[in-house]
Amino acid sequence: MSVRDDDVLATAERWRKEGRTVAIATVVETWGSAPRPVGSHLIVDGEQNFLGSVSGGCVEGDVIAAAGDVIESGKPKMLEFGVADEAAWRAGLSCGGNIRVYVEKVD
Amino acid sequence: MRLDLLTAMNAERAARRAAVLVTALEGGGQRLVREAEIARDALADAIVPQLRSGKSGTVEAPSGRYFLEIHLPPPRIVVTGAVHISQALVPMAKLLGYDITVIDPRTAFATPERFPDVKLLAEWPDEALPKVGLDNWTAFVALTHDPKIDDPALEAALASGCFYVGALGSRKTHGRRVESLKKRDVSDDAIARIHAPIGLDIGAASPSEIALAILAEITLRLRRGPEAKP
Repeated sequence: MSVRDDDVLATAERWRKEGRTVAIATVVETWGSAPRPVGSHLIVDGEQNFLGSVSGGCVEGDVIAAAGDVIESGKPKMLEFGVADEAAWRAGLSCGGNIRVYVEKVD
Repeated sequence: MRLDLLTAMNAERAARRAAVLVTALEGGGQRLVREAEIARDALADAIVPQLRSGKSGTVEAPSGRYFLEIHLPPPRIVVTGAVHISQALVPMAKLLGYDITVIDPRTAFATPERFPDVKLLAEWPDEALPKVGLDNWTAFVALTHDPKIDDPALEAALASGCFYVGALGSRKTHGRRVESLKKRDVSDDAIARIHAPIGLDIGAASPSEIALAILAEITLRLRRGPEAKP
């Protein structure tokens, strides 16, 4: 079952209002074949609970780890994943695409 | 993102209004542009085409690079007339991603057997339309040929800012319709927004082809706006 992006952003609002710390990750650019379109969201809370998707599972682990840093520092981060990227091979973005993901904290 | 910004953005989306979240990629500043504010926004030239495409994306402006996160309500089609053309229009519209509702008070026409798996209201438009809630992201199509059903619905659609309003019928039929709408105090400007004869001129002959012509015209208005030529 897929979760619509609408629900993801509404959930981010609800989580934050419940007092949880929340980061939103958004796909801002894609090149080549990318599994999720620009504008797709993944949200992560301080306990690493997450909802949504930025890559259909390939790089979510790294995005969730980065979200932890962003929640701690409060500073947004731009992440890049692609086939030329060692980390992406590890994370398994095997579809041949490149994506750029913006991660920000909900203040 | 500030929580108040996220809350405001979710409220616009819940109300079926377009909204654009603008994030400065250098510096990280962020703001929400609501549907009514787009035309006079400093980034309007970048936002308008992005909005028409329906897709989020990164744009370059003299003031820097921005990510435009586009939020559009799912487009809808509302039809009066549970007629033969509508039977073709419903599955085709669904395939194109529209949420579609059919209204016809004639219970012999508006049957679940003829219209399975679609929102079907066997009511007069004055009862049905307030429930449906016409808006800027709704296309309205009048297909009954019966002025008692189509005309009040057309009047409501024109008053609600539907992005597309179309009515089936020959030029002669439309001429009579124009006279009747004028008697209902509908303005000439509003009447001029009705697409009649309905649909792009592709020589459509069968009900399915007429449905295709209508959907092509709706797509044109959704993606290119009210002025664009086919």
